[in-house]
Amino acid sequence: MRRTVAILLLIILAVGISLSLAKIPFGVPKTKVGRYYINEGVKETGATNIVTSVMVSYRGFDTLGEVTVLFVAAIGLGAVLTTGTTREIKKTEPASLVLYTGCRLLFPLILVFGSYIFIHGHLTPGGGFQGGAIIASGFLLIYLGCRERRISRIASILAESLGGLTFVVIGMLGLVFGSYFLLNFLPKGTANALFSAGIIPIIYIAIGFKVGSELAGIIDNLIEES
Amino acid sequence: MSFLNSYIYYIGSFGLIFIGLYVILIKHNLIKVIVGLGILDTGVNLFLISVGYITKGTAPIFSRPGIDSEYMVDPVPQALVLTAIVIGVAVLALALSLAIRLYQHYGTLNLRKIREQRW
Repeated sequence: MRRTVAILLLIILAVGISLSLAKIPFGVPKTKVGRYYINEGVKETGATNIVTSVMVSYRGFDTLGEVTVLFVAAIGLGAVLTTGTTREIKKTEPASLVLYTGCRLLFPLILVFGSYIFIHGHLTPGGGFQGGAIIASGFLLIYLGCRERRISRIASILAESLGGLTFVVIGMLGLVFGSYFLLNFLPKGTANALFSAGIIPIIYIAIGFKVGSELAGIIDNLIEES
Repeated sequence: MSFLNSYIYYIGSFGLIFIGLYVILIKHNLIKVIVGLGILDTGVNLFLISVGYITKGTAPIFSRPGIDSEYMVDPVPQALVLTAIVIGVAVLALALSLAIRLYQHYGTLNLRKIREQRW
């Protein structure tokens, strides 16, 4: 019964959606704003990666909202999983020697790679969200390999709060030096140089710290509980 | 074949979305419902990216001076999907944490056996 109703519902949805999708051609430019960003983005923001200039400069306020959504999800996870009573660390079987050594060898390299990704976010493919996810994967590796190690809660909260505060304070400084929130008040420099694009790399580094510590905190909460 | 060539990405992404919706509607195990949510998320991301695609498109990055910007794909959906992926991970983790709590409270993940959830 439920199955037939669900399949009928999906068929109705599929017919409606395919009728409307047939009107959307594939592979041709559709928005004028995307073309504008590509043509003027490097001149206006100084960042050669147009996706980054859209994320941090043109739609920076939107990104602030998305970072907040991520923050609320991480807080909610902590609130749901934290029991209040401090649980003793369960005795687990230690990882094999290969895994242990491999994790200890790979962890700093993963950290360096993640930092490279978010520091060069305005020049190459990458940015704060991707670099943060890579750093969190490094912490996951540590949890797999060195099972009694735990990340410091205080350091994690500190990195997270500092990242968020840097984002908001730099946005506010735009109000101080100019007219609107998240104004790019620093010199833009020459394109394709590491120190260019004004506030964009600073904000992306802040996002990298924030996302990395939040995802590592999520991993920490889930592993503590299971 | 030209029909397939021009619409295969839409068909694939909505195929993923419908698989996810079907799993969410039919399955009784909460973990399977959450997996369906993840599949749906992937389908939506794929659809947004394929809407912004341009034939023979390249990434919108001026990695060297004088690069041709004629075939660069639309950067706006890419910027949206970039954050949507990370938020999708966080939402999945939140859903899993709720599933852990439900299991500790009811001793089962079957949505039919959880009393308040009967439908």
